[in-house]
Parts: sequence; C-alpha cells; structure tokens
Amino acid sequence: MSILVNKNTKVVIQGMTGKEGTIHATGCIDYGTNVVAGVTPGKGGTTHLGVPVFNTVMEAVEKTGANCSLIFVPPPFAADAIVEAADANLKLIVCITEGIPVRDMVMAKRFIEGKGITLIGPNCPGILSAGECKIGIMPGNIFKKGKAGVISRSGTLVYEIVDQLTHEGVGETTCAGLGGDPVIGTKYNFWLEQFQNDPDTEAIVMVGEIGGDDEVVAADYIKKHVTKPVVAFIAGRTAPEGKRMGHAGAIITGKKGTAMYKMNALREAGATVVENPALIGKAVRNLLSN
Amino acid sequence: MKLHEFQSKGILAHYGISVPNGVVVTEPQEAWVVAKQLGAPVILKAQVHAGGRGEAGGVKIAKSAEEAESIAKKMIGMKLVTKQTGAGGKIVKKLLVEKTANIEKEFYISISIDRKSGRPMFLASSEGGMSIEEVSETNPDAIFMRTIDPTIGIMPSQAREIAYRLGLSKQVKQTSKLIIGIYKAFIDNDASMVELNPFILTKEGDILALDAKINIDDSAMFRHKDIAKLRDVTEETETEIKSSFYGLSFVQLEGNIGCMVNGAGLAMATMDLIKISGGEPANFLDIGGGAGKEKVGHAFSLILQDENIKAILINIFGGITRCDEVANGIISAAKELELTLPMAVRLKGANFEEGSKILKESGLKFEVYSSLNDAAAAAVKMANA
Repeated sequence: MSILVNKNTKVVIQGMTGKEGTIHATGCIDYGTNVVAGVTPGKGGTTHLGVPVFNTVMEAVEKTGANCSLIFVPPPFAADAIVEAADANLKLIVCITEGIPVRDMVMAKRFIEGKGITLIGPNCPGILSAGECKIGIMPGNIFKKGKAGVISRSGTLVYEIVDQLTHEGVGETTCAGLGGDPVIGTKYNFWLEQFQNDPDTEAIVMVGEIGGDDEVVAADYIKKHVTKPVVAFIAGRTAPEGKRMGHAGAIITGKKGTAMYKMNALREAGATVVENPALIGKAVRNLLSN
Repeated sequence: MKLHEFQSKGILAHYGISVPNGVVVTEPQEAWVVAKQLGAPVILKAQVHAGGRGEAGGVKIAKSAEEAESIAKKMIGMKLVTKQTGAGGKIVKKLLVEKTANIEKEFYISISIDRKSGRPMFLASSEGGMSIEEVSETNPDAIFMRTIDPTIGIMPSQAREIAYRLGLSKQVKQTSKLIIGIYKAFIDNDASMVELNPFILTKEGDILALDAKINIDDSAMFRHKDIAKLRDVTEETETEIKSSFYGLSFVQLEGNIGCMVNGAGLAMATMDLIKISGGEPANFLDIGGGAGKEKVGHAFSLILQDENIKAILINIFGGITRCDEVANGIISAAKELELTLPMAVRLKGANFEEGSKILKESGLKFEVYSSLNDAAAAAVKMANA
C-alpha cells in the first residue's frame, strides 16, 4: 500500500503542454501514473502525449473524473492554477512551480483553507509512491517498493537519501517533498500522521534543514503520536547564522532555527538523528533489522 | 530586493504615513543647502543596505548648516562597517538629511509573512530602537504579534488593538492610520518585510516613522516595474549580481574546499559531510537545475575568487539535470579557465555512467566517485596534500 496516491489516482496536469510540463508529464506517464487530462487555456480539444487537453480544470474533471492535479504553470499564474484546481473540487493538489510571488501563495493558501484540500508544495519535487505512481519530478528509477516513508524539505537531497534506501535494500513506500518556499501546503506533521497510519511503512525518514521551526514542531508531534521508528537528518550544521542558504527558508534566525536545536529536539522526541548524510540509508537498515 | 531608507519612506509617505521632512544628497554642499532649507538642527543618515548604522557612525546630528556640510564631507565616501555589513563594510554614497524630531518615546513595528499560518503578521513592541532579535531575547513579553486574514485585510479594530497594546491610547487614531498604511504598502508592493524601527511619539504628540526599511519579494518584481527602477546595484557585490543573473546561490565561507552542488539541501548536506570528514568547506554553492557551460563556468569563477581554495568537490545528483550535461559543462569550463586544482567529482542519478565516462576520458585532473563519502574523503585528502 502507499499513502494518498496510487496506480488508480487520476491525474490532471495543469500546464502540461509547456516545455517543463511536457518533459515531466512524459516522466510521470512513463512511471505508470494514470494521467487522464491536461489543461491549457486555448488548447482545449487537442491531444498532447496521447492525453486529452481541456481549457479548464472543471471541464477536465467532468470529462475524465480526475481527482488530483499536478501543476507546472509558470510562477505569475501558478497561484491562480491552485485556486482553479480547488474550485474544481480536487482534494489533492501538487504544485511544482518555483518562484511564485509569496503574496499570491498567501492568498491561494487562504482560499483552500477549510475545504479539505491537501496542497503539496509549491517549489517541491512532488510525491511518488514506489511502484505505483509519480506525481512530480522525482527521478523514478532510484525508487524501489519497500518499507520507508520519506518526507523532505529539499529536492536533490531527498533523491540522495532515497538512493541510499534503495541501495540498502530498505526501499520506500511513499516519498513527498514539502517545498522550499515560505508559504507551503503540507508540513511534516501531516506526513508523520499518514506514515504512522500506513501499515506498509515500517520506518519514517524525515529530512530537514536549518531555518524556521517546522522540525521542532514535528519533534513535538513525534513525541506524542508516532510509535514507528523515525530517522532524521538536518542539513546545514556548518551554515553560518544570518546567511540565506539557497532556500528562502534556509536562514538561521533565532535559536530554534539552528541545526543543533532541531537535532536535539528530535533526539529528545525519540528519533534517531543521523549526522552523516551519506549514512542515512544504513541507519534505517540497521534500525529495521534490530 | 532591498530598498534604501529614503526610498522606503517615499513609499510609506504615499500611504499617508508621516515621515520626517528630508532630502537625499550626494555632495557636501547639498547638505548645507538642505540644512538651511529645513532649518538646523538636522540629522544626516548614511544610505546603505545594512542595519546598525548608528553604532557604526553612519548617523550624525548637525547643529548648523556648516556642521552639516563638514559632517557630509566626512561621511560621503567613507567605508561604513556595521555588524551587518561584514568586515568589508559599505561605501557611503548617499546621505538622507532630515529635520530632527523631539522624541518622547520609541516603538517598533514590522510586518512580514508568518510561515506557520501563511499569513501576514505584525510584530510590535514598546521597546523601539533596539533590534527585535535583542528584545525577543531580553524581554519577549514586550513583543506583541498579530496575524491578519489576507482575504479581508486589516480591520480598524485590529489596528486599534495594536495601538492600545503599545500604550498609545491618546494617539489611537494616528497610530491606526500608520498601521493600516503599513499593511497597504506591504500588500500593494509585494513586500517581504516593512519595518519601522523606530517609529516615535514626538514631544508634540505626533506619530512619526523615524526609520523605515522595506524589502520586496524578488519573485514578484515582474509586476513592479516602478520599484525595479529603485534597485541600487552599487549596493550589491559583483558576486551577488552575477549569481542572481545566472540563477546560482552562493555564500562565501572560510574553509579551503570549494563546493559545487545542485540543490540547496544537498549543498548544505555536502558542506556538513566535508566537516565530518575532517575538512572545511569554502562556500555554499547551489547551481540549481540545468548546468550548461556558461553557468558551470561562472560557478567555478565564484569558487576561485577565494585564493585559499585547495580542492574542489562537485556533487551532482541528476534528476532533471542530467549528469552527462553537467560533465560536459565542467570540462569545457575547466579547460577555458585552465583549472589546475584537484577535483573530486561525485555523480549520481540520471546518466551518471555517461557523465563519469566523459570526465575520466577528458585528460583533466578529476577523480570520479559514485559514493558521497568517498568523494568527500578524497576532497579532504586533496586539500590537505
């Protein structure tokens, strides 16, 4: 089993006919994802990559029964795309777009509040359930159906860790990226709950970084609600204070944002904190074989 | 994008916020003229993109127009080193000359996006003039927070609440006007932060924005052509300008192992691993997605600015970015720059076999690894050789 998405998830891709959309829609289809529709205003009635294209998400949902949206729309129009997906009553929205104005995201996030919608991202690699489907841009070939649920704030770092898990024979259930922007949809706690309740997930791998205090909030959740083993890594131990490290969020302001504070909070919550990023896969394997 | 104090005050004034009368000058004689027009005493404030100006000698009061001119003579062209500029400091090119105010009490107010709620949030404190970080350590109870629902915007009752909390019960109307103005300026201009530290109650009973700082969300610049014109490129280093142009993210550190990585999280993890392996990273460098020759070349030149570099560690996890593409970029850039430094390259993910082959057959000094640990260990060994 996997969480949230599987082979039967019917995906509509907003911005599928663009350059990025075409590359990654192809990747999703190749992985086995059930892509049922694309949406590009003005291109309704055409077909792209063998998939029907519609002018609106509403029409795509009516005609194909899509129940999840994947967004590759350029930054100036991406928040509008999220609102359109919400208006079409889609309950799972995955937004990959990087560089959306923060004010737009503030409005879009407020718009979907209270509607029972799960928004993943933006500025994230999406979600992948190993051997089932890929809704996003993760390299599918590094995954193998297995036992670890993986949740991360960053993209390529999580690929690194998934690769280790596969190499160590642990494999993955589902892997999701939170996104590197200041305003994002799901955070750690949502995923911790999902993985805790998923019978196939035997261990949870949580990848964090400096800045903000989401990992500290997650530590509190782990302490109270998570009984499965959690392995955590926090990137940026060597980062100096006050300097922004790429991600908008990765700047240490206040002591809760430091790697040390987060690592300690997670340790106290019972998580296994790994300090060497090259040894995360091994740590999970060892934990599961004990 | 950061705005200067005088630019920020210009925007705030447009939203009905009272700011001191003042003029920006670039020549000492102008300071004399402005001081005469405003009437001394005046305050001269260095316009640089850094806080902590007062303590560093970047803010001075002149009792006469003559004194204003002589202070301006000293300040224009001086190197201002504040706790935020780093040791390099910033050259002062512009001064804001303002009428001084009679301060009864100083306050702090700012608005930015609260990550937890994803909404705009005011921070206000009756301890103005100090940095908010300092107040949060010494007297956290003096800070008041209030998130705003973005769909309805700020309501008068919410502005009043902040005013009363700050103890400005006699100036509720004026303070509310200030707060509502700040909110509108924040939203309309896609600001990532508006900060008034301090705003003051004058001895005459008025509310005045004595200092102001506005940062604009870079992602929203496309719809603010007017604000884009306010960009002061001379405040940015060559590294910052070029990095932003090429879509790279670079931070100089103090070690001797240069790092080039795709992805911010992986770049930080790579730095951590160098440290664990007994070395010291010289920089944080995220080359982002895609990596053509020009981009990689620029990334190399950023790393090589630092003369202490002894080795370079390149860590690429291919996904969207293909390893063979990066390998070709690395080779052509390395040849063009006549790179002689030893390099440990770790390629993984999309097309890594092809990429490794390209590097190995290039005849350049690469050591290619598929294990991250091995690559980091090799880079540390190279740096210590």
